[in-house]
Amino acid sequence: MDITAFTLSSLQKGYQTKQFSVTEIVSEYLKRIESFDKKINSFITIDSENALKKAKDLDNKKADGPLFGIPFGIKDMFLTKGVRTTAASRLLENYIPAYTSTAITRIEASGAISLGKLNHDAWAHGSSGENSDFGNTLNPWNNEYVPGGSSSGSAAAVAAGFVPFATGTDTGGSIRLPASFTNTVGLKPTYGRVSRYGVIAMASSLDSIGHFTKNVEDSARVLEITQGIDGFDATVSEKRHETFDSLKNGIKGMKIGIPKEFVSDGLSSDVKSVFEESIKTLERLGAKIEEVSLPHTEYGIATYYIIQPSEVSSNLARYDGVRFGNDRSTFGKEAKRRIMLGTYTLSSGYYDAYYKKAMQIRTLVKDDFDKAFESVDILVSPVSPTPPWKFGEKANNPLEMYLSDALTVTINLAGVPGLALPAGFSTNSLPIGIQFIGPHFSEHTLFRTGYAFEQETKMYERNPNL
Amino acid sequence: MKYETIVGLEIHVELSTNSKMFCACPVPTLEDAPNTRTCPICLGLPGALPYPNQNAIEDCIKIGLALNCTPNAKSFFERKNYFYPDLAKGFQTSQYLHPFGEKGYLDIEVNGVTKRIGITRVHMEEDTGKLSHSNLNGEDVSLIDFNRSGVPLVEIVTEPDIRSGEEAKVFLTELQKIIRYLGVSDADMEKGHMRLEPNISLRPVGQKKLAKYKVEVKNINSFKFVDKAIQFEEKRHAELLDTGKIPVQETRGWNEFRNETVSQRSKEEAHDYRYFPEPDIPPIKFTDEQVETLKNQIPELPIQKTARFISDYSLNSDAAEILTRDKNLADYFEETVELGKKEDVQPKDIANEIINKKILPQNLSAQDLVTQVKAAKSIATLDPEELKMMIQEVLIENPQPVADYKAGKETVLMFLIGQTMKKLARKADMNQVKNAILEALK
Amino acid sequence: MKIDVKKVARLSNLTLSENEKKEFEEQLSSVLGYIEKLNTLDTSGIEPTAQVTGLINRTREDEKTGDCLTQEEALLSAISKTKNLFKVPKLVDTTE
Repeated sequence: MDITAFTLSSLQKGYQTKQFSVTEIVSEYLKRIESFDKKINSFITIDSENALKKAKDLDNKKADGPLFGIPFGIKDMFLTKGVRTTAASRLLENYIPAYTSTAITRIEASGAISLGKLNHDAWAHGSSGENSDFGNTLNPWNNEYVPGGSSSGSAAAVAAGFVPFATGTDTGGSIRLPASFTNTVGLKPTYGRVSRYGVIAMASSLDSIGHFTKNVEDSARVLEITQGIDGFDATVSEKRHETFDSLKNGIKGMKIGIPKEFVSDGLSSDVKSVFEESIKTLERLGAKIEEVSLPHTEYGIATYYIIQPSEVSSNLARYDGVRFGNDRSTFGKEAKRRIMLGTYTLSSGYYDAYYKKAMQIRTLVKDDFDKAFESVDILVSPVSPTPPWKFGEKANNPLEMYLSDALTVTINLAGVPGLALPAGFSTNSLPIGIQFIGPHFSEHTLFRTGYAFEQETKMYERNPNL
Repeated sequence: MKYETIVGLEIHVELSTNSKMFCACPVPTLEDAPNTRTCPICLGLPGALPYPNQNAIEDCIKIGLALNCTPNAKSFFERKNYFYPDLAKGFQTSQYLHPFGEKGYLDIEVNGVTKRIGITRVHMEEDTGKLSHSNLNGEDVSLIDFNRSGVPLVEIVTEPDIRSGEEAKVFLTELQKIIRYLGVSDADMEKGHMRLEPNISLRPVGQKKLAKYKVEVKNINSFKFVDKAIQFEEKRHAELLDTGKIPVQETRGWNEFRNETVSQRSKEEAHDYRYFPEPDIPPIKFTDEQVETLKNQIPELPIQKTARFISDYSLNSDAAEILTRDKNLADYFEETVELGKKEDVQPKDIANEIINKKILPQNLSAQDLVTQVKAAKSIATLDPEELKMMIQEVLIENPQPVADYKAGKETVLMFLIGQTMKKLARKADMNQVKNAILEALK
Repeated sequence: MKIDVKKVARLSNLTLSENEKKEFEEQLSSVLGYIEKLNTLDTSGIEPTAQVTGLINRTREDEKTGDCLTQEEALLSAISKTKNLFKVPKLVDTTE
């Protein structure tokens, strides 16, 4: 059986028609992981024992539940009770949590089966996957290239067909960037759509809890499960509990804006040509394309790299080795750098110049999006100025690494949703994605656009040779 | 007096809510075993998030209103970042720029003079875990119990308007009363519900500017010790200032066994708390109507009640003060006064009965108290001459019992008492009657 | 923009090696240099945004659920503990 072709709905259908059992499917996925993940290194902890046990349980039950029997992977920033959770850091290398995050509880309650915990840049600090204390995750499309970060393992695992879906977090692009580097669909939901409870906090006002899938419909199905208030995260909005039924309605007449600041010079020629092709596709599907402006885009990185490290420095203060974990000397370099930067920008005498200023610019960035959405329904743009780069190319220059987030961070500053989709390949056969961006809580429109686009381009049919 | 004492107080009040400030753990009792009242949130585990307690916030606002503070229409929490092992998250969720209450005052009376003590702010925060220290197997260690972590605390900061240990004591007593009246905390110093730190400095009399230094004193667990600590510091600072030295700006600990403060020898540099708005908790906004509702929930406070007792019931200020020390007692007194009206029992008499006999509401119902006061009054009006005459009549009317008693039958005494009581036809002090009869039988 | 790494490390509760101090001073100064571009933007009068949700008054009723961790669960992950208490080396400035 070719498990790389499975989608959530084809798996569900198979279970219902008893084409195969859950144990068979889980075993197949585990076998594939066993064969190929030693090289790719997308998993930190493979939990085959529990997975097979759950599979056996489910085989004795009726095949219902929205995610019944669907194997999935969990970015190791999500706490899982009784199962090691490391944040990909030596500091937590032996940490066994006492509770499970809301998102995972909900996914598992819907019948899904975790195959294990996925690798990522330690503490979600990174854009390439090179900052893990558990080794690099390789891009399944070409092992010399980065899969993108911070959710490197999640993207690689879905791309490589190790799991049909995987959870991730996106604080400055950490789902969308790896999705676009691995030919997978990555959803960064609206800030406040999915509870952050039980996910190790990176930057509290920016963290968005999302996931990776092979196609758009699967992405919508997972969001239906994870979204909504849980009584533990005070920043989750009340009203949201939608089903995304309009997903197949097409996009005739939809007004899509291209932020001109996202496509000015600085884009590599490969990214430019894939993007231009994508625009043509959207026009073919009936969308009306126009240019818009997000004038404060150029301040995005600077603003983000004040707010995010400031919140990071505070969120990582609890890791003092007293109640859990190893002592603070086991933080990796990037974590130490960000803690230092954040402590500095918050410190006495500097708060006004940095953090307060950044919060003011954040208002301007958010207003930019609000204004743009007055004239268009959604925006479309590239995700990264360049295709995936080779391991080591940017690793020694933190600032250069930070600049690769230029097209993703303003989305987090505004708290709006972003859906990254496969759009094409570079001349050296590496994936290049695009992202759809909408107003707060417009995921239904993003899914609708994404679905129409992917059905036209059929990028999900392509798989890497492992 | 060369110098003037400048004292500002920082008071922390532990609220008596059901659950903690940011999680639904029950607030711990002293009987709880260590580390049995925690959850991921108050234990600062990875991934945990705060969810504020509505009642705690309302209690905090009420305290502010009772202290004449202006409530902030829009308020929010901020992170106070510092490292200490008893601080689970590595920051305390507190308030800085926009506390729930600001710029209030409390009027106190010291030696017959009313004085206004400014209240700078009233804000909401959470408690830390509890530290204890020990030597285990030759190693000096500190031990942490996180049960208390996350308990709601209200911090009250006064302006440096207090001028002596006596004033501090009076202020704290009034404040404690108010807090108990509001029903938001037991404010029991011994149980740690109320903690205080005076900030003390001295300046030359006549100088308008505040001193260039101030000393914070910790580890004070009674009002008496606040007074003593302030007095100790007054002497210590004066001695230093007299020789031209400025007391070191520092934190000192009160040692109650040696009656002195001791330098903490901790870092001199001020903490840089790096406050920033708490991203995990959206702002809190109260409408004018909501504030009004909270204001209406505040009962009549001690100062008003005391004044009213004096004017309405013709009590003297001492009696009024005693009766209003505890709201339950004050309510009990007024309940009794209401009932007493029907039986012509005077508030003054009720007050005296309660105070002299140290009566507590839980020991005697209001109705029974009315009866007791009435009886005491009528007993008090029993004229000894009248009693003597009554007894003479009874003895004459009952010669046989008298003879029996004189022959040694002591039980007859009860009969004679009974007869006397019947003749009196009103409540009387049995002992007084008995003694009068015995006297007459001699 | 030079950063005082020693002071910031102390505030951050991090112990850095001499190499790290040097490396970070350079790298962080370069990042801070980039961030300087924010000074070219006039933000006077702009309200700061701390929270993008626009939510207010997200509070809960004062109910104790009693869903506490057991003592064992609370202490499970601590490396240093004794008699149901977390243990650290004796703190310097104790008031008790």
